[in-house]
Amino acid sequence: MGEVGKREVRVDAFDKATGRTKYYEDLMPAEALYARIKHSTIAHGFVTAVDTAEAEQIDGVVKVITCFDVPDRPFPTAGHPWSMDPHHQDVADRLLLNRHVRYYGDDVAVVIAENEVAAMQGVRALKVTYEELPFVLDVQKAMEDGAPQLHEAYPRNILNHTSIRNGDYETAVKEPGLIKVEGWYDTPTVQHCHIENHGCFAYEENGRMTVVSSTQIPHIVRRVVGQALGRPWGDIRLIKPYIGGGFGNKQDALYEPLCAYCSTQVGGRCVRVDCSREETFVSNRVRHAIRSHIISWLRPDGTFAARKLECFSSQGAYASHGHGIVAKGMGAFPQQYPCPNVEGDAYTVFCNKPAAGAMRGYGIPQAMFANESHIDECAKAVGMDPLAFRRQNLMPVGFKDGFSQNENYFDSYNQCMDKGKAYMDYDRKIKKYAQETGPIRHGIGVATFWYNTAVYPISLETSSNRMQLNLDGTVTMQCGETEIGQGADTVYAQMTADVLGLKSYKDVHVVSCQDTDITPTGLGAYASRQTYVAGFSIRQTGDLLKEKILNYASELNRQAPYNMDIVDGNIVRIGDGRVLMSLSELAMTAQYNPVHSEHLTAESTYTIRNNAYSFGCTFAEVEVDIPMCHVKLLNIINVHDCGRLINPALAEAQVHGGMSMAIGYGLSEQLLFDEKTGKPLNNNLLDYKLSTIMDHPHLEAEFVENPEPTSAFGTKALGEPPACSGAPAIRNAIYNATGVAINENPINPHILFKRFTEEGLIQD
Amino acid sequence: MAKKQYQLVSCTINGKAVEQMVDVRASLTDLLRNDFRLTSVKKGCEVGECGACNVLIDGECFNSCLYLAVWAEGKHITTLEGLMGPNGELSDIQQAFMDETAIQCGFCIPGFIMTAVEILNRNRYYTDEELRKLLSGHLCRCTGYENIFKAVKKTMLRRLGRLDDPFLTT
Repeated sequence: MGEVGKREVRVDAFDKATGRTKYYEDLMPAEALYARIKHSTIAHGFVTAVDTAEAEQIDGVVKVITCFDVPDRPFPTAGHPWSMDPHHQDVADRLLLNRHVRYYGDDVAVVIAENEVAAMQGVRALKVTYEELPFVLDVQKAMEDGAPQLHEAYPRNILNHTSIRNGDYETAVKEPGLIKVEGWYDTPTVQHCHIENHGCFAYEENGRMTVVSSTQIPHIVRRVVGQALGRPWGDIRLIKPYIGGGFGNKQDALYEPLCAYCSTQVGGRCVRVDCSREETFVSNRVRHAIRSHIISWLRPDGTFAARKLECFSSQGAYASHGHGIVAKGMGAFPQQYPCPNVEGDAYTVFCNKPAAGAMRGYGIPQAMFANESHIDECAKAVGMDPLAFRRQNLMPVGFKDGFSQNENYFDSYNQCMDKGKAYMDYDRKIKKYAQETGPIRHGIGVATFWYNTAVYPISLETSSNRMQLNLDGTVTMQCGETEIGQGADTVYAQMTADVLGLKSYKDVHVVSCQDTDITPTGLGAYASRQTYVAGFSIRQTGDLLKEKILNYASELNRQAPYNMDIVDGNIVRIGDGRVLMSLSELAMTAQYNPVHSEHLTAESTYTIRNNAYSFGCTFAEVEVDIPMCHVKLLNIINVHDCGRLINPALAEAQVHGGMSMAIGYGLSEQLLFDEKTGKPLNNNLLDYKLSTIMDHPHLEAEFVENPEPTSAFGTKALGEPPACSGAPAIRNAIYNATGVAINENPINPHILFKRFTEEGLIQD
Repeated sequence: MAKKQYQLVSCTINGKAVEQMVDVRASLTDLLRNDFRLTSVKKGCEVGECGACNVLIDGECFNSCLYLAVWAEGKHITTLEGLMGPNGELSDIQQAFMDETAIQCGFCIPGFIMTAVEILNRNRYYTDEELRKLLSGHLCRCTGYENIFKAVKKTMLRRLGRLDDPFLTT
């Protein structure tokens, strides 16, 4: 009992520490054929011909499929719950292979071969002829009249445009004595860089299609494969084994539809698609690059009279998760720093770059880079300390959002900032660093973040669960919310143990692998929803199973069910605490009772109609070598209020990973494209600067635990929030150290040289 | 098309002498994964950038993806599968990775542990900066390296008998 809240070792730690854990490629049937993809070498145009003759001659090549062979049956890929409202369904703009290629790296043809070498030689031997079209890489240029059009249905390439109009901005800005602060903020295209690339294999069995995939969302991918193949969804079986990270990239259907299609084209034989690292960078998904324009009108006392936001989100070639990302970012704007007069406009725009999809934070890291950078400039404009300015203007306790019904129940922002400030020794250091004038300077920056938990009420939130009492008194549990590395299975075991009164989380066997033939239907890992959402169905299903157990115990023990409880794996009479029997005795008796045999199991679905704010902050301390244009991160802390911690050790680990991603976002990561051709320039782990262990100081993770009142276990979002505030905190630390505002990330030496030169800190 | 060329390779894998015909173009990763089903050897980039495929060759850690299978002739190769004792005992570094919550998705872990073994087997003290440099050939997207560093450093301190080092209580 009392497993929730303990620093337990992960349920999958042993297998992962011994190399036994099986990922999709470790389960590969020996007979699988290799499918390798021919990607376009132009940024925009039409394929006029694919000469397959030479490829087909290669020994080992089984079949070549080109964009002229595939069905004209568009399908969507985003890992969103299906919507019964046709207007809220994802954009179906994908084909298995494309004649109209829209980015450098688009899928043109596929070679299926008996071995990898033949498949790769086959791809190289294909001769593709194109009719080239002009292309556009910049999000705002793509909106101009006469810009190259990517999709006919979207004039000026605008996938979607939404607005916020609160109060009266135009009138409010006329108030006398206002100070105007205005800035443009640019965030880059980055990639998830899970260490296991996406891959999958597919084969037909008993007339149905089985796909084993490295995905976060097995049940959703099952639906997308069905749509892409034009087959009933029940024909598709999707299996998700352990995966080597996802971070949102695998919250899309990636190559599962193509892989399954390939299998159908070779008589249902097993076909594998394995992305290389280079393909993963370009032909999977990336994070949306977003350009934001913010104007704030401040009174001299540092309060907001009016604010305006425009955002331009670079969608790349295909809709994927589309407008949801920038819409979430814009949604944070009027909530994080409430102001009566707000105008917001968000545009999601196609351009000839890789398709952008979900990535840890889902629009919030971009929004926080813009907004929290801007807040520091606002504080400076009115002569306030950035912390004091935030305390004055951040969302107050009691704030309620009309749409989500989310309520700010606690003073999380201030409590988190208090912890960060104490850890950083903020006041003393800020005073000390203010005296520095030499080439080496130090600074501390702070940034907060706004987040919420799961996707209600924009989309469906549901969780299903199945529990079975085993004969030894342990419980087997299954759900559709997936383990993707974050530790979901372990916290499920802890929660289940507590609901059922088991002695240890080790008495719960979580079936980690999702198989859509067996696993209760669920939506998968995204939106920082796993612990919150699964918690409801764990609690409900656990209660159902407990009721069945106690009813059966009542038959055996002659005690009323309400006079009994399960404590440490025993049926106990509440009144005197007497142990009546163990769960194992009960399970054995129930199963082998010749008069009333019962297999004790429970299954249920819970529809979640709540959401929960999840807030926190980052403090970063930097040393800036001005002549060398070098930033050294000295110290960094994240403080989160994600409600009650189910497993503090796993929570800390989750925060470390997010901080690391934020450090890369702030200082080094960026996928670059050749302006002349649209070709990606650094789509490998050598040239794309992912942080190594040498690029990090100690990562401090702390928490404020205000139990979330809407939650089954008092918990709320922690998966994505740690990646949201690190980059702007680093940016603000550089601002504090040098006085130079840098409004684009990553803040690498190239940007620092440009900005320090412009501001006169570096002279020729 | 050129005829495939094969060569017989004799080596020791996880303590056992083996012989295997290998395609001369195959990497050691291919040999270990495909011929011996040692699937702890992970493929994250196949060009020596990520470190997920690291194995010990005569006690020294290498990216097995950049090492031709034919070069294994006469070598002693150890993969993560070979670390476990005969009765399933975990090595101290594996236990430390578990205890320090250094494992998340687990994909980079086999390579990281093999590098840690190479470092720890030198039986010498490294400063934090030295340790970070020695571990920097591995990429991990889940952990921020924080707990991996802790696991390796604590194991180093324990092996050196520095049991009163305050880091052990962090």
